[in-house]
Amino acid sequence: MMYEFNHRHLLGIEGLNPLDLRYLLERAESYVALNRQTEKKIATLRGRTIINLFFENSTRTRTSFELAGKRLGADVINMSVASSSVKKGETLIDTAMTLNAMHVDVLVVRHGDSGAPHLLARKLNCAVINAGDGTHEHPTQALLDALTIRRRKGRLEGLVVAICGDIAHSRVARSNILLLNALGAEVRVVAPPTLLPAEIDRLNVRVFHSMREGLVDADIVMMLRLQTERMQGALIPSMREYFHFFGLDREKLAVAKPDAAVMHPGPMNRGVEIDSDLADDIDRSLINEQVEMGVAVRMACLDVLSERHVTAQKGSQA
Amino acid sequence: MSHPPTLLRNARLLDPTAGTDQPGDTLIIDGKIAATGTSLPIPEGSETLDARGACLAPGLIDLRTHGRDPGQEHKETLRSQVDAAVAGGITAMGVIPDTEPGIEDPTSVAWLVQRSRALGKARVLPYAAMTQGRKGQQLTEFGLLQEAGAVAFADGAKATTDALVLRRALAYARTFNAVLFTHPEDRALTRNACATEGEYATRLGLPAAPAAAELLQVQRDLLLAELTGGRLHIGPITTGAAVEAIRAAKAKGIHVTCDTAVAYITLNEIAIADYRTFTKLSPPLRREEDRQAVIAGLADGTIDALSSDHTPEDQDAKRLPFVAAEPGIIGLETLLPLGLAPVHQGRISLMDLLRRLTVAPAAILGQPVPSLAVGAVADLVLFDPDAPVRLKAETMRSKSKNTPFDGFPSQGKVLATLVGGRLVYRRPA
Repeated sequence: MMYEFNHRHLLGIEGLNPLDLRYLLERAESYVALNRQTEKKIATLRGRTIINLFFENSTRTRTSFELAGKRLGADVINMSVASSSVKKGETLIDTAMTLNAMHVDVLVVRHGDSGAPHLLARKLNCAVINAGDGTHEHPTQALLDALTIRRRKGRLEGLVVAICGDIAHSRVARSNILLLNALGAEVRVVAPPTLLPAEIDRLNVRVFHSMREGLVDADIVMMLRLQTERMQGALIPSMREYFHFFGLDREKLAVAKPDAAVMHPGPMNRGVEIDSDLADDIDRSLINEQVEMGVAVRMACLDVLSERHVTAQKGSQA
Repeated sequence: MSHPPTLLRNARLLDPTAGTDQPGDTLIIDGKIAATGTSLPIPEGSETLDARGACLAPGLIDLRTHGRDPGQEHKETLRSQVDAAVAGGITAMGVIPDTEPGIEDPTSVAWLVQRSRALGKARVLPYAAMTQGRKGQQLTEFGLLQEAGAVAFADGAKATTDALVLRRALAYARTFNAVLFTHPEDRALTRNACATEGEYATRLGLPAAPAAAELLQVQRDLLLAELTGGRLHIGPITTGAAVEAIRAAKAKGIHVTCDTAVAYITLNEIAIADYRTFTKLSPPLRREEDRQAVIAGLADGTIDALSSDHTPEDQDAKRLPFVAAEPGIIGLETLLPLGLAPVHQGRISLMDLLRRLTVAPAAILGQPVPSLAVGAVADLVLFDPDAPVRLKAETMRSKSKNTPFDGFPSQGKVLATLVGGRLVYRRPA
């Protein structure tokens, strides 16, 4: 498939058009088979350097990016920067300038502040992939979710996707809302008002405060992690009340389509936002497929952005 | 120290107190206006300045600037601040005591007055802290501070959380007819917030507070002003709802005045796209409807004064993720060119704009009435309101360059500034 992916960085789903998104999904699709082979390594990115710069702890996303880079033949280095809450921004710029001097090809960055990858992208010469910034975006998560849904359901157009839980603090929700809308799904959000950001309806979603209503005829039920620190600022009164009204169990799922699939970006709080048995039910749960698709999607993103990087360099020498 | 007489010729004389707008000359002797009229004779040994038809008005009085000296001289010294002020046509400015240490004893006030006099540029009108350590608990010595030269009392961008403390401050301040400045943001609702709640902040994933956090605080402060009869000044006002509340309070006879800052009539929340920290303000930028309502409030006089809200911050404080960056922008040199935009758009007359920039702030701060009449102190600004200018951060005199208006096309430039009859700024040719 010949297509010019015309972005230097992947900072969010915002700004990508449906053609860009389909192109990335197609590329990812081609890596799924490779990842299932015994011999999983190719030389596409041989000689390239990828740095995973993580200001927040994340074993699974970091490992997924690391595997993706290594399977494409790149050298991958993980940097975890302990973030003191006061001076973390200073570290960010300092680190960026240091990395710039090392001729890195792709920087994968996760940061607790929204917009931090955008700041880095302005200071760096290499491609930047946002691996999650604050409560803003997590584009590769949305892409892997889309790929997972597409493989299970054969399409995204016309599907009803209910995203449930802490939408307000979720970068996964924002990226998914943008991507699913761009590719023609009907998106709902289900949460108590304290966990919904202001004017979320302006992002073309239908808003529900009840699982029993929001899940009616849903094709996909996407659960979000409820971070325990959210229990502090009076957002919800208790875990048990939350699970009772917003935790996913078989009873609540019964109003969805009979073949509705359940997703979760992980790591799960079993018994808080999702019933443990349901999470493990291979007929309903796509949670393991999501992890598998994550590697393929990240390979596609690294691959596509590295091409762009080379093109840009050649262009500047000409 | 005698200074030769100065004759400003061929000016468009704008006197916002008299409401007159006519061509003429102005003669300045001993720091005061000695004569105005057409074709004034040139006295022996005088210096003449040909205005070539440019506007001559009383110097601007900026009632909202943030001090960084002492304590953060790497961001702004008193010297760089007064230099920037006169380059912006500002001849006097109120300085909110965001300094370390703060201005809360009579000696610091006197010292600030003395240092600024020695610099001989813009006049510095010191504000003292309203509470000790700006902690919102124990009042400062309003009377002694006022005797030392403090013209107002302010705790900076910290809203006074404790209603009882503000009540007592407003009541006690009546003893000295002192004015208290309060900041219009409810602190609980705005905790951790750096944007206005709504679709825009939701898309950017930024912690946000509702615009109603302003009205909530303004209403409370107005009630306390009504209860005590004290003099209250609130600002910067950024929402239409707060403008309405203050309009109603004034109609009831509550002693309240307010200002808005130039950023709020120039930009709306869309400017925070790309997480540019130079657009992070406190209060944050608002919706377009609010920007329009604030311009309307400025035009009808509900908003008494237009200020710069000059807040110098260095790169270490601004080259950070949006959430972590300090709020605020510099504004002394952009006050007039950006303030003129509503004049060019036909929203407010030039004379009314000048009132918001001279007569009103002088009245709030108890300063002499700005005027071009014979006998008035010759604090003057000469400016061309129509000249197109592309604003440039690098040429600004402020030590910090945190402005979102670098490269911004505007109309209007300051040509010369006089303080006490002395030419303290002349625009380089």
